[in-house]
Formats: sequence, C-alpha cells, structure tokens
Amino acid sequence: MWIDRVIELKPRERLVAIKNVSLAEEHLHDHFAADVERGLGAAPVMPGSLMLEGMAQTGGVLVGHAENFAYNVVLAKINRAEISKDATAGDTLRYTAVIERMDAIGATVKGTIHRLRHASVHAAKSSGAAVTDEGWEQIGSVEMMFSHLDNNMGGGGQAGRDYPARNFVFGESFKTLLKSSGY
Amino acid sequence: MTRDEILGKVRTVLVDALAVDEDEVTPGASLVRDLGAESIDFLDIVFKLEQVFGFKIQQGELFPENVAQDPKYVQNGKVTPDGVAALKARLPHVDFSAWEKDPSLGKVAELFTVGTLVNFVEKKLGR
Repeated sequence: MWIDRVIELKPRERLVAIKNVSLAEEHLHDHFAADVERGLGAAPVMPGSLMLEGMAQTGGVLVGHAENFAYNVVLAKINRAEISKDATAGDTLRYTAVIERMDAIGATVKGTIHRLRHASVHAAKSSGAAVTDEGWEQIGSVEMMFSHLDNNMGGGGQAGRDYPARNFVFGESFKTLLKSSGY
Repeated sequence: MTRDEILGKVRTVLVDALAVDEDEVTPGASLVRDLGAESIDFLDIVFKLEQVFGFKIQQGELFPENVAQDPKYVQNGKVTPDGVAALKARLPHVDFSAWEKDPSLGKVAELFTVGTLVNFVEKKLGR
C-alpha cells in the first residue's frame, strides 16, 4: 500500500488520503544511497513513480468505492503528470483525487499532491514566522484514467479473454485501509 | 460550425489524448494505425469530445460495441452480412465501403480515422 489513511471521502466525487514518508521504507536507502567514490552523501528521496502509485491508489479507491467495489478498477492511462518537488523521510504527502467524469466504461480523475514538510513548519513556527495553509504545499498534479475492466473485456475484438470472477483489484488491504480510516 | 472548425477542435483533442503532433492529425489518418491509439484512448477521446463540443456521447454511439461477441455477427474472424448491416445502422459516420469487400473483424478499428470523428461531430451537431 502506498497510502496510509483516508482522511476524507465524498462518494463518487472526492477522496483525500495521506502518506507518511518513512526511513523504515527500504527503497529510500537505495534511492539514493551514498556514493563514496564520488563523494556524494545519501539522499533519501521518494521516487516520483511511487508518488504516482499513491495518487493512483487514491483515485482507484474513489472510483472503486463509487460502485461499492463491484468492478475491477485498473489504472489505464496517465494523461499528464507533473511533480515539482521531492519528498523525503519525515514528510507527509496528501493525495486528493476528484472524479471529473465517470461512466460504465471508466473514469477520468484529476489528482493533486501536497507535501507537508514537518521540519520546515516546525522551524518556521519556532522563529515566529507565519505558516500559510498550515504548511501544506502543492508539489504535483496528475490526470489519470481508470477502466472498469469487467465492462471492457470482450469488446473491441478481444472476445474470449477470461479473468477471475473475484475482484482481484480491491483485496483485503484496501478494505482494511478504508475500515481503519473510519469509512 | 464549419467542417474545418470541427477538424481544428478534433485535432486539439487528439493531440492531447494521443500525444501526437498537430501535423500528424490529417483527415485520412487512422487513429490506431497512424496515431497509435489503444483501447483506453477511445474512452479518453469520447470524454474529451464531450467536453469540447458540449454534447453527451452514449456508449456504442461513436465506436462499435457488442458486435464481436455475437456469433450472429462474427464468424471465424469475419463480420457476417448481418453484422455489417448492424454496424452500418449503428455507425452512420463510418465509411465501410472499402472494408466491406473483406469484412475482417481485426480491421474494424482501422476504419476509424480523424475524418470519421469529424463526420460524427458534424452529424451530432446538425441533429
């Protein structure tokens, strides 16, 4: 899972989730590890691709929830993605997904990524400086499309492709996430 | 809206949806063969056309649906005469004339060109 908790859910419209970036995540130790030969120190930065994954999970849960998880919802296309700043251990990311259009075939979702750099906010508050928007800063925007896979297999000359009857996209981890978030 | 104006707007939609250059989007260009469209792109195109032209497109109205699965319409990879008739009735904006001499199911997607989309929008706005 690349989101920790759902903090807002307006069914069929909008879902907001947060992700705490932690040094306990092993990938941060390799991305990027120190390079002794070149004299470079370690730079633990969350890969942009994983931010996209978190954003896609946020959007996917929103689209899946709309039909009570009756369909397998898959990320089908990222039309546009822009990430302007890094996230590192100790930061919190906030993913906001908004459904722009949804029908039986799929949905388009607009996503925005905000970052809360606790260290900077703490430093600013300690020095008496003003903190705008409680310290949240937008660092990315993503346009995505999701497909209701169940309604798309068999069409367009793809007849005969089978897939499991159970919902293989929304497993226990997604249900646990929503439940533990109070939804 | 003139046909050229429609083409201009359709071009904007396709440049955005398929990440192609403007000069690639000519009326004769096939969405799949020339512009590299994949299945989800067709949904994207439908959504974007709705936004740009302000009308609603029903499922199966622009691109064909529920033809491939029906044994009455498709046999051994070929669309049957019944199938051809159904496609023509459902999709009046598509030019089937060259294809229907050898109506292979696999080539249906290639029938959709930039011009097909312009025809569709023109008919839709004229209604």
